[in-house]
Amino acid sequence: MKLLTHNMLTSHVKGVTKGYPLLIKATEVKVNEVDFNPQFVSRMIPKLEWSALVQAADELGHRQDLPVELVPEYEKNEEFLKKVHRVLLEVEVIEGCLRCPESGREFPISRGIPNMLLNDDEV
Amino acid sequence: MTSNCRRPEHTAPPELFYNEVEAKKYSQNSRMIEIQTQMSERAVELLNLPEGQPCFLLDVGCGSGLSGDFLSEEGHYWVGVDISTAMLDVALDREVEGDLLVGDMGHGMPFRAGTFDGCISISALQWLCNADKRSHSPPKRLYTFFSTLYSSLSRGSRAIFQLYPENSEQLELITTQAMRAGFGGGMVVDYPNSSKAKKFFLCLFAGVTGSLPKGLGTETSDRAVSNQVQYSGQRCRFKGMKGKSAKKGRDWILEKKERRRRQGREVRSDTKYTARQRKPHF
Repeated sequence: MKLLTHNMLTSHVKGVTKGYPLLIKATEVKVNEVDFNPQFVSRMIPKLEWSALVQAADELGHRQDLPVELVPEYEKNEEFLKKVHRVLLEVEVIEGCLRCPESGREFPISRGIPNMLLNDDEV
Repeated sequence: MTSNCRRPEHTAPPELFYNEVEAKKYSQNSRMIEIQTQMSERAVELLNLPEGQPCFLLDVGCGSGLSGDFLSEEGHYWVGVDISTAMLDVALDREVEGDLLVGDMGHGMPFRAGTFDGCISISALQWLCNADKRSHSPPKRLYTFFSTLYSSLSRGSRAIFQLYPENSEQLELITTQAMRAGFGGGMVVDYPNSSKAKKFFLCLFAGVTGSLPKGLGTETSDRAVSNQVQYSGQRCRFKGMKGKSAKKGRDWILEKKERRRRQGREVRSDTKYTARQRKPHF
């Protein structure tokens, strides 16, 4: 699971209102090289929940000294975009689990695929 | 629609039907791969994404990632959701570029509002019309799916579903639930006159109302009409202008039935007996 996906994922267990951000408990993290696309990264930045991204990257130990606050005029700052690209698309959680902050429900991640299936009583 | 062989959704729930054996077909059978790629190509065309811009897309029922491969070729980034772990294992072995999730469409899409620039789904939606467990209610599951999908799409984006509907009731159920969830749009049928090449695409618009794209293979019938003299409603020129038809008349009843059908209510079909005059009784 890439951190871009994590940034978009919410918990959809019954009764949970926000369920965001999901806490990552990672046991295995991998870094995969992905082609850098500055256009895509700068398009995605306004959609991101920045604080959740920084927190997730921090937990995995791949923060790359990203600032707490989003820098202005990031479109032209290629060095910054490269860092965001690395955190968003290259860092991947392979094994571990995601934990819903509200209900405490844990979604296991195996071989890089989070299992978001719910039980019948959680729908 | 094939009637001679059994439909896969009648044999087993998707997580069991798409086992290792079935999943293997999707990585080895070249005919299956070709059909899947063609359908994803058409679905992306219908998505009408802005030219030359990498988009973030959702692939519902991504399976082994054949449709996703096409998205990656086009330079888009995608997240795939599927319920079958065997199919996702094949996707992992094929080293697809998108991110994968195990999830059930009927549980809703677990994403933040406005995440995706579009959604495609190839041959997956018809699975939602079946109740595989006692707790499953197809209309409810369809509604949960569509309403969560609606919120996870950005405004002005589209969702394209290629599907194999079993009958017209199923199509009606799917479209009514989609409209209830806020989507606009409708069905686009490619090659409607061919039994083999005929393909159904459900095109849904989130937030904006657009004109529905034309199905492929429908141009010929249009041309035939344009060569002929158009029928002109000269003799009943004033009929349509008066607004509502006379109350309790046949037209009034037909209109009312049509309106209620559009609302998704249960309405008896129109027959020659509709609104007939009854004998006078003493």
